[in-house]
Amino acid sequence: MTAAARLEMTGVRKRFGATVALDGVDLAVSPGECHALVGQNGAGKSTLMKVLSGAHAADEGSMRLDGVPYAPRHPLEGRRRGIAMIYQELSLAPHLTVEENIVLGVEPSRFGWLDRGEIRRRATDALAQLQHPEIRPDVVAGRLTVGQQQIVEIARALASGCRVLVLDEPTSSITQRDAEQLFALLERLRGQGISIVYISHFIEECKRVAQRYTVLRDGRTVGGGAMADATPAQIVDLMVGQKMERLYPRSKRTPGDVLLAAEGLELRRGEVLGLAGLIGAGRTELLRRLFGLAPGPATPAESWRRGLGFVSEDRKNEGLALGLTIADNLTLSKLEALVLPSRQSSATRRWTDALAVKCLGPFQRIADLSGGNQQKIALARLLHHDVDVLLLDEPTRGIDVGSKAQVYQLIDDLVSKENKAVLMVSSYLPELLGICDRVAVMRRGKLGPARPVEEVDEHSLLLEATGDSAA
Amino acid sequence: MNVRGWLVRLGPLLGLILVFLFFLIAVWMKTGRNSFATPGNLQTIALQSAIVGMAALGMTLIILAGGIDLSMGSAVALTSVVAAVLMKSRGWPAFPAACGAILVGGLCGLTNGVLITRLQVVPFIITLGILLILRGAAKGLAEEQTVIPPPSAMDSLLDMSSVLPSGVWLLAVLAAGVSIVMRYTRFGRHLYAVGSNEAAARLCGVPITRTKIQVYALGGLFAGIAGLFQYSRLAMGDPTAAPGLELDVIAAVVIGGGSLAGGEASVLGSLVGALFMMTIRNGCSQMDWRNWVTEIVAGAIIIGAVALDRLRHRRGL
Repeated sequence: MTAAARLEMTGVRKRFGATVALDGVDLAVSPGECHALVGQNGAGKSTLMKVLSGAHAADEGSMRLDGVPYAPRHPLEGRRRGIAMIYQELSLAPHLTVEENIVLGVEPSRFGWLDRGEIRRRATDALAQLQHPEIRPDVVAGRLTVGQQQIVEIARALASGCRVLVLDEPTSSITQRDAEQLFALLERLRGQGISIVYISHFIEECKRVAQRYTVLRDGRTVGGGAMADATPAQIVDLMVGQKMERLYPRSKRTPGDVLLAAEGLELRRGEVLGLAGLIGAGRTELLRRLFGLAPGPATPAESWRRGLGFVSEDRKNEGLALGLTIADNLTLSKLEALVLPSRQSSATRRWTDALAVKCLGPFQRIADLSGGNQQKIALARLLHHDVDVLLLDEPTRGIDVGSKAQVYQLIDDLVSKENKAVLMVSSYLPELLGICDRVAVMRRGKLGPARPVEEVDEHSLLLEATGDSAA
Repeated sequence: MNVRGWLVRLGPLLGLILVFLFFLIAVWMKTGRNSFATPGNLQTIALQSAIVGMAALGMTLIILAGGIDLSMGSAVALTSVVAAVLMKSRGWPAFPAACGAILVGGLCGLTNGVLITRLQVVPFIITLGILLILRGAAKGLAEEQTVIPPPSAMDSLLDMSSVLPSGVWLLAVLAAGVSIVMRYTRFGRHLYAVGSNEAAARLCGVPITRTKIQVYALGGLFAGIAGLFQYSRLAMGDPTAAPGLELDVIAAVVIGGGSLAGGEASVLGSLVGALFMMTIRNGCSQMDWRNWVTEIVAGAIIIGAVALDRLRHRRGL
């Protein structure tokens, strides 16, 4: 890359245990440039951001900031060197005022006493520079709209003297009008020579704000160039790549009667219906409403009685009670009034044997199992309860390839042999295409039509999920 | 189970033995004879522990479910007054008066549970408020003085004249009962689940609200029985009795391996914890230490014991 680059990353690699998160990422951003970083869920974008901010140290590779080597040991160092991150989840202190948030951590003070006048001046300056004087510095941040809070975060970045502004999915939770304001604001910041890294799934949006782009896939930079030269379809092709895996079993399935008809979808016996879409598109919420975990017509207890079972995407905080034993976790939804250890134990053994769960015994603490084995127990709870409809939210998230294959096999057996119905959410398209009979795409809270899997491919699903833009 | 696992389990018991040996030797050295481990003094420790132990049965269940009940000391005082008033002013015989007092305890607990789940305010605050309300109610009911009814069968619950009075037997039977409920019933397993991970319990269809109300009501019933014990020690209802008892009870549960984060607690551990607390208090008074010294020692030992236990837990698991 040229020496004029503001930010330059070369050959950045990062692994977590056996998982390779980043496998050679190159990225170069010039001063005053807005650079779009695109890739599928899990392509490595968030890890890259964490390396850039200083939250993780890279294992290999180098970074330079205005030609000077940059290897932050912690996020504060990244901030001091001029890297500012605006995360999807905004990080303002909701009880503090706008100006207190803007100077948070770098409060001007005299002998420990806050210099209120200086705080006000800096905050007003930053907001004026962003041309948003309508945001009053003395208002409590929690009372602003999400769009305004985002602007305050950017003001904070400016006040701390940022050179590179990184935005992660900035339009995912704001209104279209706020998005328009944001785009205009980014344009002005560019004019002031600030470099912007813009992470988004929405390709149209990227085309609008960015001059150049870089595509990540499986932790690697697979392409990039000038935005003007690329069509959305070309970018999606790069994101999808040419991977054809056949670890998805598919026995003969015969769809039967409708077991579940709600929220605009129909689920039949003997089929797997997949929900594709971006993170935050509302798929999880849909599943939770169906089951009764989000406000809706049913409670979870009623759902279990009606023959519905749910596997949470958040295994650690909701899916399992990690402090309890395997047996307690597996039988919790269906305990008899008198809990006999012998019966609990034999029921548990039956499923740990059937699913080849590696464990010391039914009364081992579930926290001691590997992620894959834990997930099998979360699934086994549904089998033990003998539900007809399995609602699975990201059932293979965070588990190893071997366990994944076993989960796929299990799902196939359930629909083809046991005539169950499976509704699953997944952010990994090959998996959906591999095991589903029909796939529907959800985009910004709206559910599209369910299409037979033969009629869709990664490309069309991704276009449907990302095609619509906030712009 | 390996050696480490047993050490973690037996930790509270080892602590109790250590404290016991310490005071045995210290008192012996001070007085020149064994005046600590005498039948009479051991009985005193057992009786003092019975009140804390009975309340700790309820607190064990509540802490297991991830809650806390600060109103227990006040509930004990109130129920002791209720029993006394029912016998003195209403002329009720001992048994119905006892049932009435226990019922009042249960109602106090029920109120805690209903307020916590309906108002969705943390148990710490609700039970702190109830602590004051019940203490005030006890004083009002007793017209700010002790209530002394004629002698009755209730006095013998913690009667010093028998080696093991009926109250201690009652404690043993109820402790066994609570242990069984915790281990072998759906309600018990639900308590573990709610305390360990409420979101997971909700996902599995555990009736969270009902379980919580039930556990606080149950805790109130045990506080009611502890109130009868309190009554029988002095054969009167005292609205100012048991100040800060709830803290001894919580300390007993935590020393016994209970986790304030929920999902962990043991009946046997809590009883050992109650004995532990009372041994310290008794030992300090045998040493003729002033009251303020006793309090400082007790406080330091609670912190030390729980810190050690957590350290062992981290190493052992």
